[in-house]
Formats: sequence, structure tokens, C-alpha cells
Amino acid sequence: MVAVMIGISMIVFGLSRLTGDPRYLYMTQGTRWSQEAWDARGRELGLDKPMVIQYLVWAGNAVQGDFGNSLWHKRNSLRIIIEKLPATLQLSGISYLMAVVLGVTLGTISAVTRGSLIDIGVRSFALIGQAAPPFWLALILIFFFAVYLDILPTSRRGDWTHYVLPATTLAWLGSAGLARLTRSSLLEVLDSEYIKLARAKGVSTSKVILKHALKNALIAPLTVAAILLASFLSGTVVVETVFAWPGLGRLAVDATKNNDFPLITGITVIFAALFLVSSLLADLLYAYIDPRIRIYDS
Amino acid sequence: MIRDAPIDDASLDRPKFRVPVLGQLYRWIRRYPVLPVIIAIGLAVMAIFAPWVAPNHPLESELDYLAAPPVWMEGGTWDYILGADKIGRDLLSRIIHGSRISLSVAFVVIICGSLIGSAIGIASGMAGGLWDEIAMRVVDLVYATPFLLIALVAAVVFGTSFQLVLTLLTIFSWPIFARQTRGLTLQLKNMDYVYSARVASASEFRIAFRHIMPGVVNTVVVIATLQIGSLILTESVLSYLGVGIPAPQPAWGSMVADGREFITTAWWVPVMPGAAIFLTVFAFNFIGDWLRDYLDPRLRQIH
Repeated sequence: MVAVMIGISMIVFGLSRLTGDPRYLYMTQGTRWSQEAWDARGRELGLDKPMVIQYLVWAGNAVQGDFGNSLWHKRNSLRIIIEKLPATLQLSGISYLMAVVLGVTLGTISAVTRGSLIDIGVRSFALIGQAAPPFWLALILIFFFAVYLDILPTSRRGDWTHYVLPATTLAWLGSAGLARLTRSSLLEVLDSEYIKLARAKGVSTSKVILKHALKNALIAPLTVAAILLASFLSGTVVVETVFAWPGLGRLAVDATKNNDFPLITGITVIFAALFLVSSLLADLLYAYIDPRIRIYDS
Repeated sequence: MIRDAPIDDASLDRPKFRVPVLGQLYRWIRRYPVLPVIIAIGLAVMAIFAPWVAPNHPLESELDYLAAPPVWMEGGTWDYILGADKIGRDLLSRIIHGSRISLSVAFVVIICGSLIGSAIGIASGMAGGLWDEIAMRVVDLVYATPFLLIALVAAVVFGTSFQLVLTLLTIFSWPIFARQTRGLTLQLKNMDYVYSARVASASEFRIAFRHIMPGVVNTVVVIATLQIGSLILTESVLSYLGVGIPAPQPAWGSMVADGREFITTAWWVPVMPGAAIFLTVFAFNFIGDWLRDYLDPRLRQIH
């Protein structure tokens, strides 16, 4: 994990040194700089030293939470990032929970009622979720619920009604694959011998599904759900932009538009760290759900 | 809820009094992804012959038709079938020209990505040891990197361009091929027929090409088809965020972004290009799913 983090930091650092003089990335464009300030910034970035030292200087600062001052906001990048972090974590947390619950429930319902109208409905829901571009889905939801019906706010953060549309968008996209996977793996399990035995014993249908079948059928979907956690963090970038949600994702897009290099690198490194923590959690969760994994590893 | 495997109507061979052609057609539609294939072929034709198919010029605006609605709405005209955008450019023509961008990006990337990925995958599976270890760590690294953020950083550093989109997408599309082909290679290289080839003094190169590759091709084709949809989506997201294909080009994603604020007044401006993305991705996903079930059902987990 640490190795991956170092790898990502090297990629980000490498990008900053790939085009000409990195000082252009660390200084506001269009303003005139005195020769002294130019030289001073060069020394600060360690440009007079070899590349390895430059990386160590950059990484050392980054570890201490210093990605350089944001060019646009004129203050410490990390401070800005920390201010925006809660909004992003809230939105992605809520929609992640929604996605997992929705995906597993819908998948189960559609497997149990295979071939019925409900099943067809769930499968279309999933197919739409997998093919629709996130920003478009968000716009359509805005058009229908906020403009046409006028019952929900279009954008920005506020009371709980502001969460409904962005969270639904993210949850729809996230639950689509999950619902399909749950459906197919539950169908497979329902076909196995031990389920037939349970039913032959006279166990009720609901008990067979909830107690016997789901336990085995959920292993595959839950692995995917764990991986999904990481992709949710980047999914929020688009959704936050559409809904003007004051979080990290929108900050990143704005920073890109302003050519704010220190801020965007800071966000990238923080995102990568969140990414890694969530995939670590996913691994732990997976080992907890499926004990066979633990035996494999030891 | 436990049922036997569904009985295929065709296999029963009961004499039925049906209109023969319609029954045949229905069975075809059930069994093969007819509609998605038609959409995909239509798109390909549109993309290749865009300047001849498009009724109007995609970049020229007509001031008489500012934000004209689609033809079936009041005030729509047949000249602008899907309506026009805020500066009077024909939406349909822009969508047709946009299909060039989306499809060419997706196909170039998928070809480069699958070739690079499967070459690395087969090589590292065959070589084993340190090289395998290194290759797989690189794969892990790419998987763990937040793609969208790196794309944003790259856009700040290099500025947006067509080439940048291609490069970024290729860098992030090969690992899935590498991982899958490596796994398969590990299985295949312990097969008896590969051992026999080795005994017959076939070179490593020959084994890779003649004996491993045929066993890997199906998987690569399936993953490639399944990936096309998500590549088109990713490209549209990049263009939507303004870090994809640069401005005057009618990329579908940036068309939606441009029309965003018209969602209340002229909904067709952002909705139509988005619908084009949706239909395209839908068609390719459908074909991919069908190919997977047909060629390589083990890949069920990859959606």
C-alpha cells in the first residue's frame, strides 16, 4: 500500500516535470515576476538540484501537508481541501449505502421473480444505469424532479432535500452492476442441490432465500461492492460538478479550469489516499465475509 | 422458485401454425442481439460518412434557428430534425459528427490497449519470476490510481488535446487485459499440449503465438467489446468536464456541458447528445454481454 502511494506520488510529480520549466505551473500565469522571485521559486522547488532530490523535496513537503499555496485562492491547498472534504464524504457515503442496499435488494427481488414484469423492470433499471453517462442522468433527474415537477432543489448543498437527486444519481449508477451480479449469482445458487434439499424438507420459500441462498450468493456481489467504494469517490467528481455540490470533486474541476496546479495535485494525492484506504477496508471486509480467503493468505 | 433450465422453444420441434417468417424473426431477435448490432452498424456508417450523412454543417450557425425545438414539437422544422443549439447549430449534424470522435477514440484505444495489455499479460505469464512480479505490481498501481484526477492534472500540465485523451485512456485500459491474459496463460502453459510442444523443441516465441494465443483470443475479444462502452462513457465524462476533446470539435460530452444551463428553457440541447451517448453505450454493452455469454461465460464477474 505504501508502495502504491509512493508510485502515485511519483506519477503526479513526474507530470509536473514533463513540460519545460515547472515554475510555470507554480506561478500565476499572465502576471510579471521579478527575476529574484523567479530564482527564489526555483530554489524553493529545488530546481538547481538533481531530479531525485527534487522529488524528495516535493514528497517531503507533501507528507507534511504542504502542496504549495493554491494559485487561485492564495492560501494553503491542504487547508482548502480539508474544508471541502466533509461535503464529499457525506455525499459519497450516503449514496454508497443506498447503492449497496438498492443493488442487493433489487438483484434478489429480480432473481426470485425471474421472468416476471418486476424482473424485466429491474433489469432495465440496471441496463440504463450501466449505459447512461452520469452527467446526463443527473440532468434528466434535474429536469424531471426539479424543473417539471418542481419538488426538489436543482443544486447546491442544504437540508436533506438537496441530497436526494445527487445521491440517487450516484446510487443508480453504482447499484446497476451490483443488481445484475446479485441476480445472476443468486440464480446460480438457487439451482444447487442444497437448496433443493432445503425445499424438499419443507422450509418456507422466504427462509430458503434469506437464510440459505443469500449467504452464498452474496459473496461475489459484496466483493464488487467493495471495489465500488473506490470508484464512488471519482464518480462524485462528475455529480458534484452537475449539482454544484461544494465538495472536493468540484474543487478539482474548478482548479483545472483555473490552471491551479498545486491545488489539483493536492486533491489528487488526497483522493489516492482515500482510494487506498477504502480498498484496504474492502479487503478486510472480504476476508470477514468469506473465511476461505483467510486460509489462502496464511 | 426453483425451476428447470428454460426449455428452448426451437428444440421442441412441435408443429405449430404460425406465420413462418415472423416466428423466425422473433426467434432471431431472442437469440441474437439484432437491434444493438443494427445500432452499432448505423453508428459506424454515420461516423465514417459523417459529412455526407449530416444534413447541415456542424459548426456553422443559422441565426434564424436559435435554439429551435425538434421537429415534433411546436415550432420545429424538418431542416433541424433534433432542433438547434443556442447559437443555431443543427444538433443532429453535430451529433453525427460527434460520433466520429467517440467511436474513433474508443476503437483506437481499445485496439492499442488490448494489444499492449495482452502482450504484457502473455509475456509475464510465460516468463514468471521477477518480471511477472514487476508487471503485476504496475497493473496494481494503475488500478489504484484515481484516473479522473490524473486526467485533470494532465490537462493542466499539457493542455487539452485529442492525443492526450487517447494516451490517457490507453494507459488506463491495458491493465485489465494484462491481468486476465496472464491468468489464462498461467493455466494454459501447464497444459499437456504445451509441454509436448516444448519437448518438440518449440521456441518460447512459437509457444506464445501458436499455443497460448489461440486460447486467449476469446477472452480478449469479450473484454474489448465490454470495454468499448465504458471507454465511450469515460471519454464523454472527460469532454463534459472540459478536459477531453478541445472546444470547436463537437464531442458528445462537451455538447451536453454547453447545453447544461438550457435544461430549463430548451431541454433538447443537452438531452439529445446525452441520448446519443446512452444509445451507443447501451448497444455496445448489449453486444458485449451477448458475446461474453456466447464465447466466455467465465467472465461473468466483469460487467
